[in-house]
Amino acid sequence: MAAQKQNFFMKYLWSTDHKIIGMQYLFTGMAMALIGGYFAYAFRMQLAFPGAEIPLVGVVSPGEYNAFVTNHGTIMIFWVAMPVLIAAFGNYLIPLMVGCDDMVFPRLNRLSYQIFLISAIIIIASFFVPGGGFGGAWTAYPPLSADSAYNLTPLGSSMWVIAVALEFVAFLMGGINFITTAMNSRAPGMKMFDVPIVVWFIVIASILFMASVGPLIAGAIMLLFDQQIGTGYFDPRTGGDPILYQHLFWFFGHPEVYVVLLPAMGIVAEIITVFARKKLFAYKIVLYTAIATGVLSFFVWAHHQFIAGIDPRMANIFTVTTVLISIPIAEMCFVYIATLYGGSIKFSVPMLWALAFLAEFLIGGVTGIFLGASGADVYFHDTYFVLAHFHYTFFPIAIISVFAALTFWYPKMFGRLMNETWGKIHFWITVLCFNGIFLPLFVLGMWGQHRRIYNYEHFPELATQDMQNLRIFATTCLVIMLSAQVIFLLNFFLSLFRGKKAGKNPWRASTLEWTVPSPPPHGNFETLPVVYRGPYEYSHPDCEDDFWPQDAPPAEDPS
Amino acid sequence: MIEQHVVQASTYAADIDNLIMLVAVLGGFWFFAAQGMFFWLLYRFRERPGHKAQYVTGDEKELKQWVSIPHMLIILCDVAIIVGAVMVWMNVKQTLPEPDRTIRVVAQQWAWTFVQPGPDGELDTEDDITTTDELHVEVGQVYHYQLESTDVLHDFSVPVFRLKQDAVPGRRIVGWFEPIVTGEHDIQCAEMCGIGHGAMAARIFIETPEQHAQWMRSRGDAVAAAD
Repeated sequence: MAAQKQNFFMKYLWSTDHKIIGMQYLFTGMAMALIGGYFAYAFRMQLAFPGAEIPLVGVVSPGEYNAFVTNHGTIMIFWVAMPVLIAAFGNYLIPLMVGCDDMVFPRLNRLSYQIFLISAIIIIASFFVPGGGFGGAWTAYPPLSADSAYNLTPLGSSMWVIAVALEFVAFLMGGINFITTAMNSRAPGMKMFDVPIVVWFIVIASILFMASVGPLIAGAIMLLFDQQIGTGYFDPRTGGDPILYQHLFWFFGHPEVYVVLLPAMGIVAEIITVFARKKLFAYKIVLYTAIATGVLSFFVWAHHQFIAGIDPRMANIFTVTTVLISIPIAEMCFVYIATLYGGSIKFSVPMLWALAFLAEFLIGGVTGIFLGASGADVYFHDTYFVLAHFHYTFFPIAIISVFAALTFWYPKMFGRLMNETWGKIHFWITVLCFNGIFLPLFVLGMWGQHRRIYNYEHFPELATQDMQNLRIFATTCLVIMLSAQVIFLLNFFLSLFRGKKAGKNPWRASTLEWTVPSPPPHGNFETLPVVYRGPYEYSHPDCEDDFWPQDAPPAEDPS
Repeated sequence: MIEQHVVQASTYAADIDNLIMLVAVLGGFWFFAAQGMFFWLLYRFRERPGHKAQYVTGDEKELKQWVSIPHMLIILCDVAIIVGAVMVWMNVKQTLPEPDRTIRVVAQQWAWTFVQPGPDGELDTEDDITTTDELHVEVGQVYHYQLESTDVLHDFSVPVFRLKQDAVPGRRIVGWFEPIVTGEHDIQCAEMCGIGHGAMAARIFIETPEQHAQWMRSRGDAVAAAD
């Protein structure tokens, strides 16, 4: 019995197997998503029914409201989008897709998850210390975040900084693994342009992350020193500068958008090719647009600071770079849409999610141009228009593409298929309600509603019944959407036991992970594969079947 | 689009709204073109029995045009948007017209203090008129504001002016506005500033010259009475 227990511990909690670590990240991320969703429920209910006793929450005070808003954003980005998209799928997929047995540094990988888990525990614990959780917005601008006389959360704000810094440490370790593994451990025959796009994109995202996070870790440490030992890096009373922090934060913060966007785009590429039975349109263009986006993303950060008190002439430069980034991103979207041309499109659940990603992300992309254009941002800055815009990017990224990936690779991870009908019901409720939440918020933003306000009663022009009705509508959609996630969770857990056996390759896909048993054993491949062609050879005229696995040897030359 | 709900009460409000309209038209065109193409392809190439997908690499020249032509057109649209954005920005933020009046706006957790010059027209003299959470301005006058904060970041936001500017402790940031219609409207703090952020509201009263003169007199009497 004792031996068995140790086995369980070693196998699932202390494992160096990339698949187990991937699942640890996945389940931790899903649990954190529930917490982030609960926070959204709490503050949206307060906005719709100010001062009411909210079921499962109670009455929300202004301080709690700020803490909910702050930590909803922090958790959804740092503890949901990043661990699930990059760490969970990166860990699970990279060795399987490039054809090797594990990550290059498995123990570093295990340490990465353990540090991540500690950071998650710290951010949750910050809600239970005297003063409560940090409430100075997810950007944590000083002096508010630096001085407890201003923020009134002496412990919560420091725990927030420590948790975020530890999370970055965890992802640095993960990133080293992803880049090294994809570069060094590819199966024989797998050339650079035979690597599945999702692997490429996770690698590029890891590089972006590693190149951008240094300044923010420095900023976080400086902030922690300001909070705890009374230095004045960001305090004007002692010669510091609060705007310095904003530069450090956004120098990381904007590349971070692409750090999570790229893996999501990669997931979508894998899925649309499989379900359209089509080769990815112009593989190299997709790759080059991603690299161009990544490089440009280092030169746009100050568009978050147009009106922050920076030299106004600087805004012109950042308007140019910001608007230009629309070019590679638009091109990437066009290429994805072009991939559908000539296909034989099957609307299975993963495909519905992948297509929804494209349709919704376009809204997020187009509305971003309003904010990148400095003259228009003067009005939209810090309104609900901004909020709706980035939810139209982050919701497709962190939620829609994750559902796409989960439903697509579920049979590989667990060996069984999820229920298709319930999958579709869950899909339609989630996507329709998502639009029901955020389309009204665009309108509220255009009407001048500013962010992070727990109750609009103090602003007569925002306290009208029309605007309140829109808030109530958005909140109603949110509650329906959150409830609908029960369908997904039931489908997910019941299918573990009751789902139809999936076999090796239920979707008839051609990448390497579908050539091994589901779930793959420790070590993945019985004999390490040899690769003969690119990842998206669907409906090839020389192949009888409509997919041509990467490791299938070419037919004997008849001549 | 915006002006039906939030009046254009400053000289540059219409410029900003027009820029927003320009982006809406150009961005809207691409948005609907892309979505239209997307849904048409989904319908046209849905799975049907007996139909096999085509093998298209996307490296074919005549197909690449479908991406490279939109690519060029988007650059053109981007240039138009950048020119529009920079022109509006220069007018609103980068250049300061000669002021008729100069006021001081001081933000703190969680209130607004507005200091206006008294009859002598100079700030920092004895007859300054100080108000809290109420700003009285005269229509048709060019105002400079000197924005300050005593504690954390705040943001001086007047939606009817399309005006937003962060207040940074340790700095005095100067900007301008010129009201063009009278009325009473909201002033917001648009930068998270702590637990009272949601209650950091003020009102702006845009008055005719007569109303404003009368208000100045009444305040001047109050200042004199206090001495």
